This record gives sequence, C-alpha cells and structure tokens, in this order.
Amino acid sequence: MNLSISNIFESVGDYWLLMKRAFRKPEKWGIFFKQFITESDKLIIGSIPIVALISLFIGAVVVIQTDKNMNNPLIDKMYIGYMARETLVLEFCSTMVALILTGKMGSNIASELGSMRITEQIDAMEIMGINSAGYLIAPKIVSATILSPLIMLMSFIVGLFGGAMVVAILGMISMSQYVTGLQYSFNPWYVSYSMIKMSVFCFIITSVCSYFGYYAKGGSQGVGRSSTKAIVMSCALILVFNYLLTNLLL
Amino acid sequence: MITVKNLCKSFDSKLVLDNISISYKPGNCSLIIGASGSGKTVLLKNLVGLTQPDSGEVWYDSHLFTSMDETARKDVRRNIGMLFQGSALFDFATVEENVMFPMDFFTNWSREQKLERANFCLKRVNLENANKKMPSELSGGMQKRVGIARAIALNPKYLFCDEPNSGLDPTTSIVIDRLIQEITKEYNITTVINTHDMNSVMEIGDQIGFIHQGRLMWEGSSSEILDAQCRELNDFVFVSKMARQLKGME
Ligand SMILES: Nc1ncnc2c1ncn2[C@@H]1O[C@H](COP(=O)(O)OP(=O)(O)O)[C@@H](O)[C@H]1O
Ligand SMILES: [Mg+2]
Repeated sequence: MNLSISNIFESVGDYWLLMKRAFRKPEKWGIFFKQFITESDKLIIGSIPIVALISLFIGAVVVIQTDKNMNNPLIDKMYIGYMARETLVLEFCSTMVALILTGKMGSNIASELGSMRITEQIDAMEIMGINSAGYLIAPKIVSATILSPLIMLMSFIVGLFGGAMVVAILGMISMSQYVTGLQYSFNPWYVSYSMIKMSVFCFIITSVCSYFGYYAKGGSQGVGRSSTKAIVMSCALILVFNYLLTNLLL
Repeated sequence: MITVKNLCKSFDSKLVLDNISISYKPGNCSLIIGASGSGKTVLLKNLVGLTQPDSGEVWYDSHLFTSMDETARKDVRRNIGMLFQGSALFDFATVEENVMFPMDFFTNWSREQKLERANFCLKRVNLENANKKMPSELSGGMQKRVGIARAIALNPKYLFCDEPNSGLDPTTSIVIDRLIQEITKEYNITTVINTHDMNSVMEIGDQIGFIHQGRLMWEGSSSEILDAQCRELNDFVFVSKMARQLKGME
C-alpha cells in the first residue's frame, strides 16, 4: 500500500467525493428502497449465522475462563455472570464482531463492486445516466449503519446464552447465581454505547470497502488487491474509532 | 449529429488522443478503426464522458457536452445507448431485467409495459426464450445481443459500440454487425463503432476514420479505403500476404 502523504490526502478526497455522490437524492425512492431490502438481506441477515455461532462459543469460553481465574473463595461466584456480561457488552459484541464482519461483508462488498468495475458494469450504469454510486453504495451503507446495532444486540444475547449453556453443562455455579450475576450492577448505557460503536464501525466497513471496490482497476488481480486494502484499512479505522468513541462515550 | 473538435487526451504524459476532429451523422454506421492500443476505446469513452478530455470539445447536436455539469450530462445520456466490449451485462439480473433496467429508472411504465418493450427489443435482436437466463449462462454472441437490446431499450439517438464482434466467430460477427446496421437505419441512430475487423469495415462502414497512435490519419468510405494513399492505413488494411499480393504491393 502506498502511504505517501499526498496519496493519503488524495484518497480521503476521493472517498469524500464518492460519499457525496452516493448520497445524492435517488432517481427513484422505490428503487432505493428495493435495494435497501436486498442489501439488508445480504449484509445483515446473511451475517447472522456466523455472528451467532462465534458469539455462542465466545460466551461459553468467557464463562469458563472467568471461572478458572476466580479461585479466591472470598469472591462470590456469581461474579462470573457479571464478568461475562461486561466483557461481551463492552468489547466483544461491537469491536470483535465488527472485525469479523469486515471479513464477511467487507470483502463481499469490495469484490462485488470491484468486479462490476472491471467488467464495465459500473460504466454501463453511468452511460444510462444512472448514479451508480447512489444505486450500488448508498443502500449498503444505510442498511448496515441502521441495522447493525441489532446484530450487536443479537450477539450479546447469544453470547450470554452460550455462557448459560456452559453453566448448565459444567455446573460451576448454579443457574440462578449466573442470572444474578448478569443482573448485578447493570448499566444500560453500556449497551447503547456498544450499539453506537457497532453502527459507526459498520458505516466504516461498508463505505471504505465500497470505496476500494468502486475504484478497483487492473483486472481480477486488481480486484483481489483492492479487497485486501479495503479490509486492512477498515480494520485499522475500526481500532482507531474504537479508541476515540470509548474516550468520548464512556 | 455528434461533432468532435480538437480532442486531446493523455495518460501520465503519454499522448493517447492527438487533436482529433471528426463528426458523425444520424443514420450512419461510423467506424473508428485502428490497431489495438491506438486509442479507439479512449476516444469512445471521451465521447460519452466516461473520461474527461484534456482539451477539445464534443458536441451533441447543438449542445456542448464537454462543458456540461453532471445533471445536464445525464439528460444527454438518456439518449445514449452503449454496447461494451465485454457486454457489461449486470450479472445480478436476468436477461429481461437487464433490458428493463434503464426503464426502471427513466420511465413510469407499468411492469407489463416494460416487459412488453423488453420483449420487443429482445425479439429485435433475435433472442427469444432467454428472458429468465442469467448473463453467465449465455454465449458471447447472445450476451452481445442482450447488450444491444439493453442499449436500444429507450430508443437512443446515439449508439456507441466498442468492438462489437471481438471474441465472436466470423459468422456471428457478421450477424451482430448487420443487426447494428439495420437498427441504425431503422431508427435513424447516430452510431459510432470501434473495430479492428476489416470484415465489418467492408460490410457496414458508411463512414470510416482510421486512428494510428492517437491521430486521425484518414477518413473516407468503405469504397475508398482500398485505394487510399495512406501508408499507415495500408499497413493496417493489407496485413495478410494475400491481401498485399491482391493490392500489388509485393
Ligand atoms: N486509464 C488509462 N490509464 C493509462 N493509460 C491508458 C488508460 N486507458 C488507455 N490507456 C492507454 O491508451 C492507449 C490506447 O488504449 P485504447 O484506447 O484502449 O486502445 P484500443 O484502440 O485498443 O481500444 C493504450 O496505450 C493504453 O495503454
Ligand atoms: Mg479497445
């Protein structure tokens, strides 16, 4: 990746212009809405299985690890539930899940747009007088930004359920202790904080990966290269914004 | 009527189009011929505004296209149909959806009306019973036909074809060429075709412009081309030994 300063400014400028173009008033709202539904199905509904699977197992592992680390008899074992909840809600269900989604939706978006670019499908839309960025990019960004907090919530709930499963199977504490732990000193703002983070992260993933895909060049190799760049850049930005948002919101 | 005046375009200090001036008339198949890499595609893309010329003017009738803003260009583009070298069919849509795509954006027709128009266009290019197929299921020649059907979906005044018969066998090439010619005459379209195929030149070329290393070296009709006094053109036209012997060059 070429990281010279002028290059970075140029890319940021191009990114900004592309976003402005994508968010012009759609030619027809009906078409935009139809695309919104299609993209929501592909990006959000399509991500549910993988996020659920990973959340289930991480929830389980967090409970086991917390249990192993709590060998001080003076600490109440119900804190296992409390710790699991805090770990999941603060970092895992937003930041980690967003990094997973970068691999899932980000690479999907970058390679889809990239191959449309090199096979001239994007040019074909432009020739018809259609705002290709508005048609292809805006619905992806809008759907991911609006709906991804629900993914975060789902991940949280499934993660806690994974923890409960381990509790039920291994029985290190009773289920009522686990549930008491889950409810202990619960701060609902953490959930909102995590949902906001998720929304910002998904904006980053969809817009950055769209940008790299939309401007892909150089055949199928070029599409591969720009997907890789898109994912590296999205992950880096997610980590930076995680820091910034945490400073700002907590 | 399309008029090009003193068009220049370079990429990274390499001059690709050198002061091109030419005009194209309605009802004519105007050909741009030249070797690979001579600048045909770049010329076509400058004509339709997919790339910006460094200097020079492109006029559509009495409208100066090169100085228009994005909105005004869109209005011109609604009268443009383009057939891309690789067909550029939307791979997310079926054949009939591809042809209906521009109608979705620019008409308020009912689904039945759109379907009727799509069927008419598909019939016009002799492609029936392929409505529900995906582009990847079609042969190269069929893809070109769908590309033509899509290009004429909204009755364009201008039709641009980039190498319409590249990658096709000679028989299919001629069929596609004739189809473009018929449509041009039938609807009095201003048609501009890029090609390096001498068969097309002799078959359908009403007006021919020869480009060599970005410069327009010769202009004339297909009846004049064999007697042209232009060395670069003769080198291009009479490549085969047989042709050279026929011309008496050897
Ligand atoms: N986007 C681009 N960037 C840099 N060089 C280009 C670009 N597009 C075309 N060229 C160069 O312009 C020349 C003409 O290309 P082109 O018009 O595609 O040729 P052809 O006549 O085969 O269609 C080639 O040398 C090509 O390398
Ligand atoms: Mg070309």
